[in-house]
Amino acid sequence: MEDMLAVSIWRGGEDGEFVSYDVPRLENQTVLDVVTYVQRKLDPGLSYRFACRVGMCGSCAMTVNGRARWTCRTHVSRVADDGRLEIAPLRNLPVVKDLSVDMVDFFDKWAKAGGAFSPTKSRADDFAAIPPGDAKRRQANAGIECIGCAVCYTSCDVVTWKPGYLGPAALNRAWTLVNDTRDGLGRARLRLVAGDDGCLGCHSQQGCQEHCPKSLSPTAAIAGLKRAVVVAVLKGKL
Amino acid sequence: MSVEGIQSRVWLAQRLSAMVLAVAVTVHLGGMILAVQGGLTAAEIIQRVGGNGVAASFYGIFVLAAAVHAPIGLRTVLLEMTALNPRVADGVAGVFAVAVLVLGLRAVLGFYQLGAV
Amino acid sequence: MAGQIKVTHRNHATWWAFALHRLSGVALALFLPVHFLVLGLAIQGEAALDGALIWTEQPLVKLAEAGLIVLLAAHLTGGVRLLALEFLPWRDWQKTLAALAGGVSLAVGLLFLVNAF
Ligand code: SF4
Ligand code: SF4
Ligand code: FES
Repeated sequence: MEDMLAVSIWRGGEDGEFVSYDVPRLENQTVLDVVTYVQRKLDPGLSYRFACRVGMCGSCAMTVNGRARWTCRTHVSRVADDGRLEIAPLRNLPVVKDLSVDMVDFFDKWAKAGGAFSPTKSRADDFAAIPPGDAKRRQANAGIECIGCAVCYTSCDVVTWKPGYLGPAALNRAWTLVNDTRDGLGRARLRLVAGDDGCLGCHSQQGCQEHCPKSLSPTAAIAGLKRAVVVAVLKGKL
Repeated sequence: MSVEGIQSRVWLAQRLSAMVLAVAVTVHLGGMILAVQGGLTAAEIIQRVGGNGVAASFYGIFVLAAAVHAPIGLRTVLLEMTALNPRVADGVAGVFAVAVLVLGLRAVLGFYQLGAV
Repeated sequence: MAGQIKVTHRNHATWWAFALHRLSGVALALFLPVHFLVLGLAIQGEAALDGALIWTEQPLVKLAEAGLIVLLAAHLTGGVRLLALEFLPWRDWQKTLAALAGGVSLAVGLLFLVNAF
């Protein structure tokens, strides 16, 4: 193990540049630790985001040596075998400053895709009983662990090519709700995610699934939505 | 019909034509591999396809499916990878569809009529 | 002086499968009208057809044809892969499918070449 890491970090906005820093190499060091060291010891002006540090909040994603990653759960030993780290903001989102990107588009698209649960019952009603083995429940289960980190969104070419495309995370969310038997939006929910900017825009490149830190498969969710759309079209309900 | 409804039908049309093409292309590829064995002569081709209604309808369906499938794909590529206005992309795809259909059917008809005169 | 962020989000099997599908798709779409046009011209009669066939006997033309057939086979197998992925219940054998698609299309092209020479 080297004593020092050669770290270059993106500074500035869209037309910024990389600045080099030397950071002591430690055992059990995450990429987020490295960024934090730079901000605390070398350059207090560095902007970046994090909150939980344990892979739950989804706020710490950055481009690390060319790949989008959750930095709090990415060990330096896994990504910088030669002692070099290049840390940049996520792509496909506007850079605010340094490592912080503007997430507004990303979350607006969740709303557009009908990301909010639409209840059919009130708190006065009894619990909805859904057996864990239920087929729909299992489909929903496969997608609900999303932490909203936008790693998938950043790794998708369709997002780059089509600014209106809802993207893997929002569509994955929609699929969990389509499979939620308590949800009341039904066909209207499907209409929100049909069309070229919705699930039909996906080319199954699977960059999302390849990079998702939670090992989710938005591609599988999107394929599910496509099938639901086909059924709706064939029934003349779309 | 809603925009999503139209887009979803266009998408489905491309998938359905793809299924037809999957079968047609397999038959066509197999046929070509067999046909080129030991070289081709005009007399051979004329004998095989001239006046052959089955071959003509098979290739007629083939051309039709291709004329649905290819322009939709081309339109998607144009929309994603060029700065073309969507209306223009629609126009290009439409013209392309007609061209494939007309040229394709003309060739199919030509083969059918081979050896008839 | 603005810097440049390098990204490598594309280097995985299913992205390459996508790239090949798009490239072969565009190439085939452009080839289609030309193919029909040439066929239409070649079948003006037995003499014209024989002339065209002799032209296709050149090694370079044969090689180009084999290339086209590989593209067609690649687009076919890649397309079947996509249809399976979109219309069948999801399985985690996507990479196996991509590899299988690549293998089959290569085999078809080789078969044609071996047959043609
Ligand atoms: S599978 Fe679809 S959503 Fe995921 S990266 Fe590919 S194109 Fe984007
Ligand atoms: S699907 Fe995965 S990569 Fe995408 S936002 Fe959710 S956790 Fe992050
Ligand atoms: S800081 Fe919360 S996921 Fe990394």
